[in-house]
Amino acid sequence: MNLTSVLSILVFSPLLGIVVLAFMPKTADKSIKVVGFLATLPALLLALAAYLHFQWGKDLADFTVSAKWIQFHGINAPEPYFSVYYELGLSGFQLLLVVLTAVVASLSAIAGAKFVKKEWKGYFMLFLLLEIGMLGVFTAENLILFFIFFEITLIPTFFLIGKWGYFEKEKAAYSFLIYNGLGSAILLIVIMILFAKTGSTNIDYLTQLMAKPEAPLSSDLKMGLFIGLLLAFGVKLPIFPLHSWMLKVHVQAPPSVVMIHSGILLKIGAYGLIRFGMGIFPEQFGTLATLIAVLGVINLLYGAYLAFIQTDFKMVLAYSSISHMGIVLIGLAAMNEAGVQGAIFQVISHGLISALLFFLVGVLYERTDTSLLENLGGMAKGMPIAAGFLLAAGLASLGLPGMSGFVSEFMAFLGLFKEMPVIAAVGTLGIIMTAAYLLRSVLGITYGRAHREFAGVLDLKGVEFVPVLVLMLLIVLIGVYPSVLSAPLKTTLETIMLGIGG
Amino acid sequence: MSLETLQQFNWSAMTPEFIILGVAALITLLDLFMPKNQDRRILGWIGIVAIIAAIVSVLNLVGGPVTSILDDSFRLDSFAMGFKLLLLVGAGLVMLLAVSYEAKDGLEEYRGEFYYLFLSALLGGMIMTSSGDLITLFIGLELLTVSSYILAGIRKYHLESNESAMKYVINGGISTAITLFGMSYVYGLTGSTNLVKIATSLSTVADGQQSYLLTLAFLMVFVGLAFKLGAAPFHMWAPDVYQGAPTPVTAFLSVVSKTAGFVIVLRILLTVFLAAVSVGDTEKPILLEMQDYIAFIAGATMIIGNVVALKQSNIKRMFAYSSIAHAGYILVALTTLNSNIFYSIWFYLLAYLLMNMGAFAIIQVVTEKSGSAKIADFAGLYRRSPVLAVVMGLLLVSLAGFPGTAGFIGKLNIFIGAFTGSTPHYVLASLMIATTVVSYFYYFGVMTQMFFRPACDDSKFKIPAGILIVLLVAVVGSVLFGVMPNIALDFMQNNLNNLADFFS
Repeated sequence: MNLTSVLSILVFSPLLGIVVLAFMPKTADKSIKVVGFLATLPALLLALAAYLHFQWGKDLADFTVSAKWIQFHGINAPEPYFSVYYELGLSGFQLLLVVLTAVVASLSAIAGAKFVKKEWKGYFMLFLLLEIGMLGVFTAENLILFFIFFEITLIPTFFLIGKWGYFEKEKAAYSFLIYNGLGSAILLIVIMILFAKTGSTNIDYLTQLMAKPEAPLSSDLKMGLFIGLLLAFGVKLPIFPLHSWMLKVHVQAPPSVVMIHSGILLKIGAYGLIRFGMGIFPEQFGTLATLIAVLGVINLLYGAYLAFIQTDFKMVLAYSSISHMGIVLIGLAAMNEAGVQGAIFQVISHGLISALLFFLVGVLYERTDTSLLENLGGMAKGMPIAAGFLLAAGLASLGLPGMSGFVSEFMAFLGLFKEMPVIAAVGTLGIIMTAAYLLRSVLGITYGRAHREFAGVLDLKGVEFVPVLVLMLLIVLIGVYPSVLSAPLKTTLETIMLGIGG
Repeated sequence: MSLETLQQFNWSAMTPEFIILGVAALITLLDLFMPKNQDRRILGWIGIVAIIAAIVSVLNLVGGPVTSILDDSFRLDSFAMGFKLLLLVGAGLVMLLAVSYEAKDGLEEYRGEFYYLFLSALLGGMIMTSSGDLITLFIGLELLTVSSYILAGIRKYHLESNESAMKYVINGGISTAITLFGMSYVYGLTGSTNLVKIATSLSTVADGQQSYLLTLAFLMVFVGLAFKLGAAPFHMWAPDVYQGAPTPVTAFLSVVSKTAGFVIVLRILLTVFLAAVSVGDTEKPILLEMQDYIAFIAGATMIIGNVVALKQSNIKRMFAYSSIAHAGYILVALTTLNSNIFYSIWFYLLAYLLMNMGAFAIIQVVTEKSGSAKIADFAGLYRRSPVLAVVMGLLLVSLAGFPGTAGFIGKLNIFIGAFTGSTPHYVLASLMIATTVVSYFYYFGVMTQMFFRPACDDSKFKIPAGILIVLLVAVVGSVLFGVMPNIALDFMQNNLNNLADFFS
């Protein structure tokens, strides 16, 4: 069976939805929402099919597609050089991220239909464009294609924040645009230097080329390029001093967009660091490993500490995201199998948990018009089911054993303790603080003094159960049966370890 | 020279020029004999047909051998054909804008002149592309600029239009004088105005004294032409002229006139000063010696254009600074002097032509309706006309250089040139990317107005046919060359022969 067109269909399937939406009248609210949701399904089904394909022991390379696309003329180099190919592919790591993206996108479409209050047509068209960008980012097999999809995510996100967000939405949208614009500017410089020096941007080719001693780049240049990548993806992840934009986005963007943003977009940073940073420049990554570990611990502690003193639940979750991304860095800095696996687990796990938490924030906000901790309280009385899920999500986030958060944190720290025990020991403080701030805010919302004006709020109902149940199920599944993730990751990890030389 | 000698030349190489010249003359006469109160728009459409005919005839010439008439006063090489196509397409779109232009004050009497002056300016630009001689280059340049002076001031009873024309004449006159003075040095040193002959005689002589004079000549020619390109620090005329001139003229200045400016810069710098050997280091041509100087101008142009654009509240002024910034990007390609220089400049100008023309078409529609040119007039455009807003959004995204659009591929080409080669220009390219990020602010500022802000009046737009065609071409072109850039790049590679015959 020829599967080469599957990935293209998967990535561009939301386009169909955009076209259909474009021809629908603005007033047909109901059907716009339905179409918006349905348009995310083909990608989801194909992603799951690809996962099954893998589980049945077939080769993911079946999906690889490569076609000649752009040829830059004028540089004196033989034919395959200075050509950009349209090439999509899947490795185990990419497969997981594609599945995660498709799942979260579909659930976010439900959230969008529920929580967005105006102009659904524009909302869903931009939303679907964003989905194309995200799916493309994780399947692109060369850096230029990756960059193109990466930038495609910027524009719809800018509009989604700026038009459908809360009070200071435009400021948040600009902040997002400029920080990410700068990040991608650095990324573009790195990509173009690699392209100009080697004549190719194919990721596998570059990975192999850089491993050879006769690579056409001096070690200084390599170091410079790696630092460029670290900065570019550091903005996205975000790494400590580059994070301020992300707080604004988390607070101002509509919950359905934050589900995507926190769940998927931040993960592009982690993906880039792992696949390009560690993959193409393993030696430089090793040189800076201590720095990265320290940055990770700073992220973890700083995020956790500030999350503890926030008054807005959305801010708590925003800082919590920073904190959890610290764990990704910690795992990567270990540069051993456990650490890297932990980091990747954390990427997936946090994607699911934060999507769930922000969905619940959306539910709360829709009922109460507030996300301030002091206004919320005793929600367990009015909406026991939602409160229960919130508590469960909070516990997953703080790393309760049996849920996905635990596996990832455990492995990340296991890895780092092997390599840098002192830094890891400092980092463990963060785990305690995580428990403290999450329990403070979650318990403050669910229990405590009930606010009378919220006495009659409705509990979860109807389709709202779908995202909550699906996400919860996946979180528990990963927690009790981690090999759903570790099996696909096996080859990816082996490749990375080979590059590191460990 | 006898008649036989004249007949020997292959005059068919000049068909595109003859078409434009003939139709310009025809429109002039028609305008003269038409009854006073009759609508002159038909003349504009005749002009458009002429431009299309000229495009077809250039395409017919494509692939043929290099033709030289009268000792290279006119030469038809790949470079000429490539850039002539750009000029013609640009001018064609400008004419469409001009046909749809509804002036508020004082244009109706001059509408006929409006059209044939565009054609004569275009003719000037076309002569410049096909000229291997300083004299014809200069004549082409003058024909273009003198026509533009009148066009800028064509709204006779409009204060801003007059101011615009006045400033343009003074600045333009000075810059032309400087260029000409520089050219006179070159002539004095070599005794020839033929570019190839100049190049040969300069490459053989390496006298120290001469080199100093040549450096001086280079600086003067370049400074004079930098005025035309709107490059910093000689850009001050652009915002005022762009603001006051009628919108089609502004579009013409920012696209066609700028393209012609780059044509003459490439012709003179690459033939004369790449051949001339500099002082001391005998291996290095003057152009490479002066690379830092061009790099400085490119950097300053990008910074000033992008930063000052941030503060503008008038959309035409903003686009003036934006077009200054884009000139800076193209100067980066000129600085790097890489082997892909023609590709990167040609493709960038093509992308710039499409996105800028489309943007000006929308600016024309919106400003005509509101009667002013404030950026705030774009508020709520999405509500009033979703199609216009989305099209404008797409063009702005292309101007900002986001992937999926021609603007992005244009920038990639320039980066490749900047990073390959023996001396990679890391700083300049980084500056280019950084200033591009700055440009997000003002391009997305317009987006904010269009999509986020409420409209002050809810009246709908009537889009004239001419504008519709321009928008269609601009959008289809921007997206097509953004997704499949090789349609254009391969056209150049296969038909224009890599412009290899430029130097012969």
